[in-house]
Amino acid sequence: MAEVSVLEAVHETLDEVLAADERVFLLGEDLEAGGVFRATDGLSAKYPGRVLDAPLAESSIIGITIGAAHYGQRPIAEIQFADFIHAGFDQLCSEASRWSWRTRGEQYLPMVVRTPWGGGVHGGQHHSQSIEAYYAHMPGIKVVAPSFPADYRSLLKAALADPNPVLFLEHKRTYRLIRQEVEGAPAEDRIGKSRITRRGDDLTVFAYGLMLHESLAAAEELAGEGIECTVVDLLTLNPLDQDTILEAARATGKVLIVHEDTLTGGLGGELAGIIAEHAFEDLDAPIRRLAGPDIPPMPFHEVMESAFMPDRTKIAAAARDLAAY
Amino acid sequence: MATVTMPQLGESVTEGTVLQWLKQPGDTVALDEPLCEIETEKVAAELPSPFEGTLGEILVPEGETVDVDAPLCTIEEVAASAPEPAPAAVAEPAGRETVPAAPVADNNRDGVYSPVVQRLAAKHDIDLAAIAGSGRGGRVTRKDVQALIDEREREAAAADGIPPAAAPLPLPDGEVVPPPEVATVAASDAYDVVPLSPTRRKIGENMARSTAEAPQAWMMVEADVSGLVDLRTRERERFVGVDLTYLPYFASTVAHTLTDFPELNARWHGDELRRYRRVNLGIAIATERGLVVPVVPNARDLSVAGLARRIDDLVARAHAGKLRIEDMEAGTFTVNNTGAFGSIASNPIVNHPQIGIVTMERVVRRPVVVEGDAIAIRSMMNIALSFDHRALDGAEAGAFLAALKERLEALG
Repeated sequence: MAEVSVLEAVHETLDEVLAADERVFLLGEDLEAGGVFRATDGLSAKYPGRVLDAPLAESSIIGITIGAAHYGQRPIAEIQFADFIHAGFDQLCSEASRWSWRTRGEQYLPMVVRTPWGGGVHGGQHHSQSIEAYYAHMPGIKVVAPSFPADYRSLLKAALADPNPVLFLEHKRTYRLIRQEVEGAPAEDRIGKSRITRRGDDLTVFAYGLMLHESLAAAEELAGEGIECTVVDLLTLNPLDQDTILEAARATGKVLIVHEDTLTGGLGGELAGIIAEHAFEDLDAPIRRLAGPDIPPMPFHEVMESAFMPDRTKIAAAARDLAAY
Repeated sequence: MATVTMPQLGESVTEGTVLQWLKQPGDTVALDEPLCEIETEKVAAELPSPFEGTLGEILVPEGETVDVDAPLCTIEEVAASAPEPAPAAVAEPAGRETVPAAPVADNNRDGVYSPVVQRLAAKHDIDLAAIAGSGRGGRVTRKDVQALIDEREREAAAADGIPPAAAPLPLPDGEVVPPPEVATVAASDAYDVVPLSPTRRKIGENMARSTAEAPQAWMMVEADVSGLVDLRTRERERFVGVDLTYLPYFASTVAHTLTDFPELNARWHGDELRRYRRVNLGIAIATERGLVVPVVPNARDLSVAGLARRIDDLVARAHAGKLRIEDMEAGTFTVNNTGAFGSIASNPIVNHPQIGIVTMERVVRRPVVVEGDAIAIRSMMNIALSFDHRALDGAEAGAFLAALKERLEALG
């Protein structure tokens, strides 16, 4: 099998699940025409009446998805850019997340909300944001953020099979950038599991999405300098895989957490909390977070955008500093 | 070139024996890093280096005894051999800060240890001060400690006589004999090698010496400590600071009973028996490193509360490896709280040259026959005594145990 990009992995999997289950349908803006990233290219013709256009109303898209799931369908909603998902925040966090609890477990909402997220595409302030921390904070919503095509395939299927609402985050910079020979590649098919992607004994790097790839590139560079990194692909952001996180943190005692989301209240704080609480006696240095600066908009200009975003150079510098501590 | 001399380990000590050199000529020596193990009649200790540098010459071979202040070895000091720092450049490029030359030993993180470093050091009995840290500012890192642990394990394996892949032995006539097929794999598969710590070795020597030299007799009595149990329950609630156990009561009772039996508060010194006027009570403490017996001096002068605090302090420092030489000196009698392990009868070995050791066994509630041929549930405890039969006989030992039992039963 040839190499598959992240986008191709998503497209193939949507095709596959539509074919496999009559209850599956797609709902979102411009989907019939193939979507702005072409994730649903050709699917409307192949599955008539099951790839539906929605108006520019995210609250409505998620609300309809909740209703369809409630009535036994297996809806997959697409929010065209994660930046706009907050219009549906109330539907997700106040309604979808609580459904099974409100009904004492008698009813579940098997629904998936896919959305492209992240920067590095010169998308400016409305097409670049990291939104994961708002939703990972909410119990009752599972948040998945894969990095490799093989994991996109297996985890999208796992999200569809899950009886709970799953927010499935697709890093838009990696859509065409990241390609992988998926045959034989490791593919996590359980939500809530992280993977130690690389092992080294100097420090441990936690990342997801584009930053995972930047971290791996930094680790490769550092290996040439004699600094060996353990790199963890988080894969699921809620619930976090505490066992793997602690195992990886304990392996080196030095922890670097990387995300492009802004620092304050970002996922790094939660990871640092878990590690400090449960692996205190294994720590050899202060936990270090490398994140976007606390500035509301992602800049549009190329120079400013790259100043905003962590990358392999910044990760390597932070890692060198931590290794020398 | 600096000279290291035999220290005086405790008052009235005039000489010491070099047990083992831990450093060899040419080895780098950090400040306070152990140079050698020395032993006196009172204590065996590692000698921390008073200088930082390179070990020059060893002047006293292992096993030899020399007087206090005799030179043991020489050390080429770092400061003496380090070149003078280069003078700062006269002309500096404009707009650039001059970076000061790194100090020879930047110890600004000296003594600052991360949680994992402290945990590993405690677990493996590592003296962190002796490690030259590779981290920023000389900080000792996890990897520094791990390297030392790995090295120790390798040394332990080597010391066990397992050759590291023997090479063929060339014979004079050119014939090559292949290395014998020693069962190295089988040997290392069959057992784990545990190198003996100085403490472990010392315990072994003391025990062997005591049993070899002192003919020891043993006897045991049973005491009704129901009153003590009630007393301790009452006092424990209002006792602040440390958890009140039975041990301070027991130590106090033993110390006062010894007042009436000076023949047991004594040490056997070959041609003479020394009876002591003060009771310096040894307390046997089981630690991860092994058994230690620090001493509560003048135990009779302390109240039960005072003993509780004193013993608690000794226990804490014993576990932390922070006992001082003076804590170990001049014990005249020893108490061992074997009941803490659940034991109901044990046969202790006398802490030579002391001549007596008592154990307090576990307090057990059970039916006993009391006055008027009635049966009652009482809290019972066994007290066992081992004594050096050279110094006294069963009659005196029995009288001591009877008096101890009487005092214990009167408590509460």
